[in-house]
Amino acid sequence: MKTYLLAVQFDESAPAPSDQEFREQMARTGQVTTEMRSAGSWVFVGGLVASSATTVVRPGAGTTTMTDGPFAETKEQLGGFWVIRCDDLDEALAWAEKCALACGSPIEVRPFQDAQWV
Amino acid sequence: MSTGDLGAVYRAEYGRCVATLTRVLGDIGLAEEAVQDAFAVAVRKWDQAPPNPGAWIVTTARNRAIDRLRRESTREARHAQALLLDQPDEPREVGPVRDDRLRMIFTCCHPALSPLARTALTLRLLGGLEVAEIARAYLVPEATVSQRIVRAKKKIRDAGIPYRVPGAAELPGRLDSVLTVLYLVFNEGYTATSGELLRTDLSQEAVRLTRELAGLMPDEPEVIGLLALLLLTEARRPARVSPSGELVVLAEQDRSLWDRGLIAEGHELVRRCLRRGRPGPYQVQAAINAVHTDGPATDWTQVLALYDQLLHLVPTPVVALNRAVAVAEVHGPERALAAVDELDLPGYHLLPATRADLLRRLGRTAEAVAAYDEALALVANDTERAFLENRRARLTKEERP
Repeated sequence: MKTYLLAVQFDESAPAPSDQEFREQMARTGQVTTEMRSAGSWVFVGGLVASSATTVVRPGAGTTTMTDGPFAETKEQLGGFWVIRCDDLDEALAWAEKCALACGSPIEVRPFQDAQWV
Repeated sequence: MSTGDLGAVYRAEYGRCVATLTRVLGDIGLAEEAVQDAFAVAVRKWDQAPPNPGAWIVTTARNRAIDRLRRESTREARHAQALLLDQPDEPREVGPVRDDRLRMIFTCCHPALSPLARTALTLRLLGGLEVAEIARAYLVPEATVSQRIVRAKKKIRDAGIPYRVPGAAELPGRLDSVLTVLYLVFNEGYTATSGELLRTDLSQEAVRLTRELAGLMPDEPEVIGLLALLLLTEARRPARVSPSGELVVLAEQDRSLWDRGLIAEGHELVRRCLRRGRPGPYQVQAAINAVHTDGPATDWTQVLALYDQLLHLVPTPVVALNRAVAVAEVHGPERALAAVDELDLPGYHLLPATRADLLRRLGRTAEAVAAYDEALALVANDTERAFLENRRARLTKEERP
């Protein structure tokens, strides 16, 4: 069994969806999460608030500095993610396909090295 | 045992043994080490090759790997040991050997790997080519090929690409990836992207691997279609370049130089595909080539009908361009030019080259010359460049009083 991060690459420069479109998207991604739970693959899911709400804490010379704004100034930002457990990459990719179609954004599939559980 | 004889056994058995050991040990790198280790023992122990050298290598490799793993304590070693404990003692021959080859083919061509990685892995692990041979074939440094292969194996391990034949649902897409790799390797050998026109080794390697795949998956019509396409293309190789090294187009080729055996085989495979009734892009392309190689001259009406079918299956500008060439033969260059002018293929030298030829046939010489210039700016292959320069020169000669 391997653990994978399914990270949503959200384009923050794209026009915001209408309320209706947003609700439909939430329904679709919610459906994928439900399927993951039924299959026993679901570990965690969460949507992130826009990068404008971020703060970066940076280490240096034994202390830290704090800045407003995201880590990298790109239009693609982490929009949210699923964490799943499954047998291999093919299974993870099958889930990623459903996630990508549900949320309309690219999904980066990344394996965990060692996942710590509760 | 002579180095030459052992070398022949190595070349013949390496890929198959690695494929089986990968299943047994769960890691390609470990499998390669184990097989190489076993061959090192064979060099010392064999007076001549045993009746079944592959089985000897697999058994020896497995036993030595078990011993080595017991002595090591890394995570990879513990994982591999656990896997070994689950296996039956002796890997049986027939079914698993076939399955192991298929597992290796689909793993090497996994879509999660970069296209260059897929090619390098396929040639190394399935073709059994040495890194130096692959590097020479693609005109890149050995270190580049080595790195690609190392990174690809690391990705397989780190990302958890499974060692198996895809299930029915995923098979069409995954098979497509395999066929693309084989087609690209063949193409690289047939119309090299730089330097000489023909690099024989790669094309022959692609044919060999496609034959093997057709043997392993005889019920997949697109595999048969690809094999037919490669054979019918390969059959024309002797006529493609003149003795003085110039490109010869299909219409001007000396058909007596074509390989009759390959053409017959290709035609038979195309008929087999037609009986199947499950058309696909490679099958249609094979059928087109079958028409080109049937009789003294091409039946362009048939070719055009097949391109209509291909365009429906694969609606891309490249296919539309090739179709336009057939349109010119059936409906004249004017209609073909109209079709070509609708296409956008930046950086693709065959687009302006085709336009140039059509403009030439319409007597629009100045425009044809300009189009040849455009094509010459894009072409990367020396032989094709010489061909275009020649065509352009003929036009400017005609212009002078």
